[in-house]
Amino acid sequence: MSFVKFENVDLAYAPGGALAIEDVSLDVREGEFVAVVGPSGCGKSTLMKLISGLRMPSGGYVYVDGRQVGGPLKIVGMAFQNANLLPWRTTLDNVMLPLEIVEPYRSTLKKERRRYEAEARQLLARVGLAGFEDKFPWELSGGMQQRASICRALIHQPRLLMLDEPFGALDAFTREELWCMLRDLWQLQPFTVILVTHDLREAVFLADTVYVMSKRPGRILVRREIELPRPRDLDVTYTDAFAGYVHELREHIGRVRAT
Amino acid sequence: MKPNLVKATPWLVVAAMFLLWELICAGFDIPEFLLPAPSAVWKVGIEQFEPIMMHATQTFLTTLAGFAIAVVVGMLIGMAVGSSPLLYRAMYPLLVGFNSIPKVAFVPVLVVWFGIGTVPAILTAFLISFFPVVVNVATGLATLEPELEDVLRSLGASRLDILGKVGLPRAMPYFFASLKVAITLAFVGSVIAETVASNLGIGYLMMSASSSMNMPLVFAGLIVIGVMGVVMYELFAFVEKRMTSWAHRNPNGAA
Repeated sequence: MSFVKFENVDLAYAPGGALAIEDVSLDVREGEFVAVVGPSGCGKSTLMKLISGLRMPSGGYVYVDGRQVGGPLKIVGMAFQNANLLPWRTTLDNVMLPLEIVEPYRSTLKKERRRYEAEARQLLARVGLAGFEDKFPWELSGGMQQRASICRALIHQPRLLMLDEPFGALDAFTREELWCMLRDLWQLQPFTVILVTHDLREAVFLADTVYVMSKRPGRILVRREIELPRPRDLDVTYTDAFAGYVHELREHIGRVRAT
Repeated sequence: MKPNLVKATPWLVVAAMFLLWELICAGFDIPEFLLPAPSAVWKVGIEQFEPIMMHATQTFLTTLAGFAIAVVVGMLIGMAVGSSPLLYRAMYPLLVGFNSIPKVAFVPVLVVWFGIGTVPAILTAFLISFFPVVVNVATGLATLEPELEDVLRSLGASRLDILGKVGLPRAMPYFFASLKVAITLAFVGSVIAETVASNLGIGYLMMSASSSMNMPLVFAGLIVIGVMGVVMYELFAFVEKRMTSWAHRNPNGAA
């Protein structure tokens, strides 16, 4: 049973204009961790907009949870390369923001504030931000801001988490730390993840399935299952099997870029 | 430089200006009906303290009334224009065109409509000062990060949610910055209108003083306006700092 399903999806941003993605079909199981890689400008972010219902396809169908997507979904959490935290709110209040919008939290927030706050603090503690809840975002480092941003995407317990190059702006060590953080969050309480990235090691380390997209108009060239055993440790990134996957994906990307 | 000395510099500059002015008047023996020395202005200010204060209060209240209308109207138009790209396109040329009209040219029209007195002065203060509020609120709203909007929309947030949770708080630094500009412009507006069409206020006082060649009184009026403008500007600068401290953060010194 697929959770997210694309059937021959096209999207042109302007009617009749150039296609951003073309004839994309894919299937994502509930709880699956999917990574989408491809050269820059290949329509990876367009994919996210289609899944979350922020954009309607020009052709084909998008289904999420068995229903055709017809508008913004409420079961989605999103995080981007830029943490986009609100500077006038504390870290805790930033994380609580979705609860002020999504039902049933929205109407129970006043009564249950204490409980929700405790949950938010617990989530922040789980990503290593205990003690920073009452700081403002600009008092946090880039990596910490990104952790908070992912907490914000998860606080309303979405069934689908969409990440658009969330670790792209971080240094290599921080990035690996955050891979592990995301891995742990996902392992603890599985949700479906769609991660858009151009870091192949990141894709192989985290994902169950990696899709490689072509240059604009984006098409899906390869679907590769990553059969590394879980739970994966950072050490796995130094094994031959891991290197094999990365190498294989790299060759596909190389071919895409050469054309 | 020592911090205390830095703090004192604005006062020193003002004192130096008055001193230079006094010296020039005395040194070149400039007649009082052309340029009165600060000492002469000060003398008139003491002698005529009560009428000056009466007119100043009138100007002050007129300005505040016009400014208050400008804030409300400017905020509303700014919100409308800033949150709808269509309205932005549709209204902007009109607003810019309107703002380009010298408001002094508009005072006679207001007089025809509302008669001589306080109303045209309030309206002139409003007309001259609402534009910066509109522009700043609209800019604050229109420059919302698209990704942040996506985050909220994907949660099912309505436009009103986005406006209330993100748009308006984000526009606040722009809004408070515009208040500083708007209040000083409002003084310009009310004094212009009083000069042309009123029998009260500092503008009127200066007009009648200059027609009787009482230049020290004219200058006393100018200084009173200047002082009121600075005081109100500082007040709103203070309010701005208090209300939007997150926008004036000091990355090294933050608690």
